[in-house]
Amino acid sequence: MKRELLKFVAFSVFVLLLPLQFKGGYLMNVLVFVGINTMLAIALNLLLGYAGQISLGHAGFFGLGAYLSGILTTTYAWNPWQAMPVAAIIVGCMAYLIGFPVLKLKGHYLAMATLGLGIIIYIVFNETVDLTGGPSGLSGIPYLEAGGIVFDSDVKNYYLIWGITLAVVLFSINLANSRVGRALRAVHDSEVAAQVVGVNARLLKVQIFALSAVISSLAGSLYAHTMTFISPASFGFNFSVELLTMVVIGGLGSVYGSFLGAALLTLLPEFLRAAQDYDIIIYGGLLVLMVMFMPGGLVRGVPDLFRRIFKSRGGADHA
Amino acid sequence: MLEVSGITQIFGGVTALEDVSFRVNRGDITGVIGPNGAGKTTLFNIITGIYTQTSGKVVFEDKDISGLPPEKLARLAMVRTFQNIELFGGMTVHENVMVGMHTKSSSGMLSCALKMPWSISEERRIRNDSMKWLEFTGITELAEVEAGNLPFGKGRLLEIARALAVEPRIILMDEPAAGLNSQETLGLAHLIKRIRDLGITVVLVEHDMELVMDICDRIVVLNLGRKLAEGTPREIQENPEVIAAYLGDDD
Repeated sequence: MKRELLKFVAFSVFVLLLPLQFKGGYLMNVLVFVGINTMLAIALNLLLGYAGQISLGHAGFFGLGAYLSGILTTTYAWNPWQAMPVAAIIVGCMAYLIGFPVLKLKGHYLAMATLGLGIIIYIVFNETVDLTGGPSGLSGIPYLEAGGIVFDSDVKNYYLIWGITLAVVLFSINLANSRVGRALRAVHDSEVAAQVVGVNARLLKVQIFALSAVISSLAGSLYAHTMTFISPASFGFNFSVELLTMVVIGGLGSVYGSFLGAALLTLLPEFLRAAQDYDIIIYGGLLVLMVMFMPGGLVRGVPDLFRRIFKSRGGADHA
Repeated sequence: MLEVSGITQIFGGVTALEDVSFRVNRGDITGVIGPNGAGKTTLFNIITGIYTQTSGKVVFEDKDISGLPPEKLARLAMVRTFQNIELFGGMTVHENVMVGMHTKSSSGMLSCALKMPWSISEERRIRNDSMKWLEFTGITELAEVEAGNLPFGKGRLLEIARALAVEPRIILMDEPAAGLNSQETLGLAHLIKRIRDLGITVVLVEHDMELVMDICDRIVVLNLGRKLAEGTPREIQENPEVIAAYLGDDD
């Protein structure tokens, strides 16, 4: 436990000092998205990496959070701080209700059902033009404001988003290392054995699905209030796949792995500008390579790689 | 303590069990034996809530438990082990047993994630108390090993330790000696007796006749989905029908 805390403190210090390196600039804006994507990847990882239940519709929950926050603060002129939790609660309740029938399914069927759910949500964003503005999007969403500070610059948003991201990181690490986290992993490894020792697997899966949706919704609200403009294109199937890629590349069942995956997949396009239209191919290729050669994700694979290189050098010395 | 009455199970057109009834007395070790395909595992799966029977009922401590799911049965202090050991392979040996204490703890998702004081002290209690069962089964030194890396025999012990952590009043073991060498089987026989000495009622499905005859107080014999006989090991050994079922009829 002491080690966990140390790791978290080191990570927080790294995150908080990072802006000094860049002193504003465009990259700060990208790092804000790394924060939002880290939250999303952690949310999906709780479901996929810990409980072993796939979702191909998480962009939908992300979008619902963004749109609910956006609509409540523009059309109904709510305060963003009120809109965010209300959005999260609505999305959480929805996920809870949908979760009961959907999470009865396993494997491919669950993947298909959540895929369908994500697509339905995406269609709703596009078609309910009066409410969401349709394909042309929703603009004029207010920035967040606290104690007289308006979060309208990249640096301010960086600290806002990363403050909340760090809270999500700590929350998830605590959960993972608790009775509930163990029960989730138990369901993942052997559902029947978990049930036999008293874990209500069905309810637990639905609960973690709802919690995952709540975190995704929160990330969506924050996205809406930092961007001030949202459109359905950000919440489609491609983004669900991108989230999945982040989780798998970073490392299933690892909170810090989710950060690595989110950082890599958010920063990568910035360096691959020329190949923009082929990003989905690159993600697909990365996913295949990772699953083949680093099934544990970056968080386990990279230290392993170093160990192997170190070992083979040691071997060469002997020869 | 456990009463099975008139259990019939039909899969598609196949009758796997037909009108099976027997009783298990508190504090006994009861063996369920029979040739392959006799319906032993099906019977276990019905008692422990994995399957729901076509008809008949199961009464545990005066409560009708027919059709209750396994997690409810764990709360009523009934637990089981599996023939092909079901471990949580990605977790350590210690963590496996800690999951066994799930029903003996109650912190929810939020209080765990927010590290509320009661969940911290509960976590400490789970961590300490679970060690007791590692000691009881003699696998303390493996506590930090990933369960997926255990040799089969040790995995069997871990599965039993995890089941005991539920603090059951009855434990059902499906072929606990399957896959064990003779040394390990001896150790298992001793362990099962020690479990009974804790006051836990034991029911086991087993093929190892020597083990069954050695440790069981009572034996139920199934054949072709029906109960063939019931009695003490000596009575069973002398029962001509049982001998016929196992060795084949002369005619």
